[in-house]
Amino acid sequence: MKTNDITQHVKPLRCFDWLLLAAVLMFLTACGDAPWNNPQQPSPDGLATYQSMIISTPPKHLDPAISYASDESLFTMQIYEPPLTYHFLKRPYELIPGALSSLPEVRYLNSSWKPVSEDDPSVAYTQYTLHLRDDLHYQPHPAFALDALGQPEYLFETAAAGDRYRQIPDFPNTGDRPVVSNDYVYAIKRLADPAVGSPMLGFMSQYIVGMEAFSEQLATVPREPWLDLDDYAMEGLEVVDERTLKITIIGRYPQFLFWLAMPFFSPIAPEVDRFYHNPGFVDRNLTLDWWPVGSGPFIMASNDPNSEIVLERNPNYRDDFFPSEGAPGDLEAGLLADAGKPIPFLDRAVFRLEKESLSQWTKFLQGYYDRSGEIHSQPAGLFDRAFQIGANGVELAPELEGHNITMSPDVQPAVYYYGFNMRDPVVGGYTEKKRKLRRALQIAFQTEDYLNVFYMGNGIVAENPIPPGIPGHLEGEAGMNPYVYDWVDGEPQRKPIEYARQLLAEAGYPNGRDELTGEPLKIFLDVQSQAINNTLMSWIVRVFSHIGVQVEFRPADFNRTREKMLTGNTQIFSFGWLADYPDPENFLFLLYGPEGPLECNCDGVNNGNYANEEYDALFREMRILPQGPQRDELVARMVELLRYDAVWLFAYYPTEIFLNNSWVHNNKRHGISRATLKYVRVEPEERAAMQHLRNQPITGPLYGAALIIGALALPAVLAYRRRQKATARHIQE
Amino acid sequence: MLIYIIRRLFYAIPILLGVNLLTFTLFFVVNSPDDMAVSQLGAKYVTPEAVQLWKKKNGYDKPLFYNSDAAGSGTVTETIFFSKSLRLFAFDFGRSESGRDITTDISTRMWPSLAVALPSFIVGIWVNICVALLVVMFHATRLDRWIVFVFVAMMSISYLFYIIGGQYLLAKTWKLVPISGFHADGQFWRFLILPVLVGVVAGIGAGARWYRTLFLEEANQDYVRTARAKGASEIRILFRHILPNALIPILTGIVVLIPSLFMGGLLVESFFGIPGLGSYMLDAINSQDFAIVRSMVFIGSILYIVGLILTDISYTWADPRLRLD
Repeated sequence: MKTNDITQHVKPLRCFDWLLLAAVLMFLTACGDAPWNNPQQPSPDGLATYQSMIISTPPKHLDPAISYASDESLFTMQIYEPPLTYHFLKRPYELIPGALSSLPEVRYLNSSWKPVSEDDPSVAYTQYTLHLRDDLHYQPHPAFALDALGQPEYLFETAAAGDRYRQIPDFPNTGDRPVVSNDYVYAIKRLADPAVGSPMLGFMSQYIVGMEAFSEQLATVPREPWLDLDDYAMEGLEVVDERTLKITIIGRYPQFLFWLAMPFFSPIAPEVDRFYHNPGFVDRNLTLDWWPVGSGPFIMASNDPNSEIVLERNPNYRDDFFPSEGAPGDLEAGLLADAGKPIPFLDRAVFRLEKESLSQWTKFLQGYYDRSGEIHSQPAGLFDRAFQIGANGVELAPELEGHNITMSPDVQPAVYYYGFNMRDPVVGGYTEKKRKLRRALQIAFQTEDYLNVFYMGNGIVAENPIPPGIPGHLEGEAGMNPYVYDWVDGEPQRKPIEYARQLLAEAGYPNGRDELTGEPLKIFLDVQSQAINNTLMSWIVRVFSHIGVQVEFRPADFNRTREKMLTGNTQIFSFGWLADYPDPENFLFLLYGPEGPLECNCDGVNNGNYANEEYDALFREMRILPQGPQRDELVARMVELLRYDAVWLFAYYPTEIFLNNSWVHNNKRHGISRATLKYVRVEPEERAAMQHLRNQPITGPLYGAALIIGALALPAVLAYRRRQKATARHIQE
Repeated sequence: MLIYIIRRLFYAIPILLGVNLLTFTLFFVVNSPDDMAVSQLGAKYVTPEAVQLWKKKNGYDKPLFYNSDAAGSGTVTETIFFSKSLRLFAFDFGRSESGRDITTDISTRMWPSLAVALPSFIVGIWVNICVALLVVMFHATRLDRWIVFVFVAMMSISYLFYIIGGQYLLAKTWKLVPISGFHADGQFWRFLILPVLVGVVAGIGAGARWYRTLFLEEANQDYVRTARAKGASEIRILFRHILPNALIPILTGIVVLIPSLFMGGLLVESFFGIPGLGSYMLDAINSQDFAIVRSMVFIGSILYIVGLILTDISYTWADPRLRLD
């Protein structure tokens, strides 16, 4: 009777045991010979697949008219092909034709639209004539599919009619067609359409003739279900023929060519726009914002921005070849080994969303990601794991030894800085005393230490606003700021702290105290909350204590900090600027007087409200000059003015080191363009072998855990049996 | 019972309204529509016109609560509160600030959440109950004291430690399972092993200790002594006598959670790369996507209320003496 009882009640446990056993067997069978920890889906046979990651957040927009973030251009620039692009290898960065057969022809026009010479003072407009290549073709897409009557196959009257299509791959039929010049015109019209909401509308309206009027006109037009922008004309756009178009801009703005290399100017086929305006499509996220359609080397095969984005080779991509020329050193680095070969090399590229640095790093080490990242701003934790400070400076961590990992160092075309508000009564102003005060603070702020302590040396001290790789940046003694550094033994050496104290005294603050009131000098730093921490605050307090200056921090979120800058309610503020294009104008305008928020009463970028008539005049002259010695001279003079006026407390150019597994080739980083995936080559066989080698499961702990559980369970079972056999008295005891 | 449920559902309406109003107010106190526009547009070339355009495109160009420019019911309906928050009662979640349809996203992402949360929940409860009953069996022995000590230690350790420790040992060092990820195919279970294991182990300390307390209360009841005197085995006493009688407080704690399993876990999904609703919420908070946050808070409130009603119903199942009037 008793035995039966036990059997009855033990039974469920045995069932569970069987289930457990089945699960373990399933696990072991499913794993087979492949590594157990492989997080990737097997790639279709024979396809060269690139495995990469999207770090932290998925892209928000993939519509080229809206997208303006570097993590988004990682995708848009593979799918779309703007008129111009950048040479993959050459430095300084060089513009080359992308979708065009040659660089645009430039004509200058007077106010009567008559051609005039470049240096004619009556130039009122600049006209760019763009000649398209004749082999541009859109990717296969249902928007181009036609029925037997030659009409678009997928146009629906109601949402219910197209309800069965949830994603683009659900559409059984696709079509394609050549790219024509009207597609570029249509794309620019979309930039002006207020319903699209392009961030470029305000900026480009200043330049493209008729854009503002076009935008105002569209704002009043009914648009259900779809507005064909071809029915409306923009004055500055002209379709000459199927392969030629003209864009006319106001005045002279040579930097406009750089904008033609950005996704905003990618072609958009009107039928694609029409397709995505089908009723109900937007409710299923079937939009141009999530399913881009272009003529670039890759197409969007699947898009789950919360998990994975997969690109596949565009079968209709034009003839394109790996460059045969590069920058000095590229040949020796093996970067021209693929010269002249047809590109893209990859058939597929899988980008998985990774939020945590431990996962990112582990998967890279295990060989499941080909490179340590794609875009800048990798988490600091990743770098800490990869490098350590050794006898020879920054070295690879020991766990990377034997992995044949290569490094791709990269200086971002960006500058991060703490700027002075030049209208502040304490640190602002243009008197000699105020300059001396700012220089004293500049000298006291040990930027080299700052970069070593907080960025493991990942940054270059900026002695002018123009980063390396951009014309106007100077190295060596010529690039040194003589107000903060001395040239000693062939390298810049920060002026001694005693000199800073002397400057401070001459500025009216001997020993850091106001000579009139005796009050200690206190400076206020406005920083974004997430960019400051206790360690950094302590460090800053300490460096300024060397000259007797006190510091107070005023952390706030992005919007509050921005608000303070726009209203001039700040003394020293932090800011950063990532270049849109590789031209000194894109950095020097950060200090252009009319860009000051208090001057223009707008969201200007000259947050320090720096105003110098000579600088502003030079800027106006420089911005319309072509590259050359005359322009370099003006840039050098402007930089000198900025140094003399000591406009920034400190600045640095961020640098980053990307790591590449040995089977990935052509890893040179391009600071400006993201259209580089087509150059990447992988060796899948080597990757598979290395993954296998690096990921042999260690099963010992499994057996160990089973033994420990058994060892723990045994006394319990024995005690239970003893208890069951015990008399009532024993139990009572 | 039906009348009781209907009454409870009516009670839910003012609660949901309150939650809705509170979420809306809190969000707009710290974040004006202008702030939201700037956050969404980025840091470059954000002109006042661009901000106005964004607000108009996304429906934030109206007054918050009262539109004095509108006529009739428009004074109330043509406001941000009505168009963005009250429409949730019709389960019209609208679009996120980046333009994606929230209903589609939620319906897609709830399955990965459920795939992780459900096994963690079921296995976790089963393990906790078994361990607690086992400990009760050895009550007042040295083993019991040691196990309680271990429970307290386990519940004192941060959940993050279990996650990172689990990832470090099982995925990075021993290479037994993928460290993170999720694929909605036949191999999806491989990605669940680690998060479920971590979830279960991390919950043992607090869960089993709580159940032990409940079971111990029952273990000293007269009916247990009677069962023992009648010669029932310890296992039978634990599973057939003590467990059913301790079910009421257990159900109070767990049934309310069942509907919320759809919502997933913020930490687990983020660390293990599960594309579920937990990480959806976390991303929305980070990117200040109010449209998603208010939808998720609203759904969370509904599920919690449903959970409470289910708990009440489960009482009648666990204890036939109870009636819902």
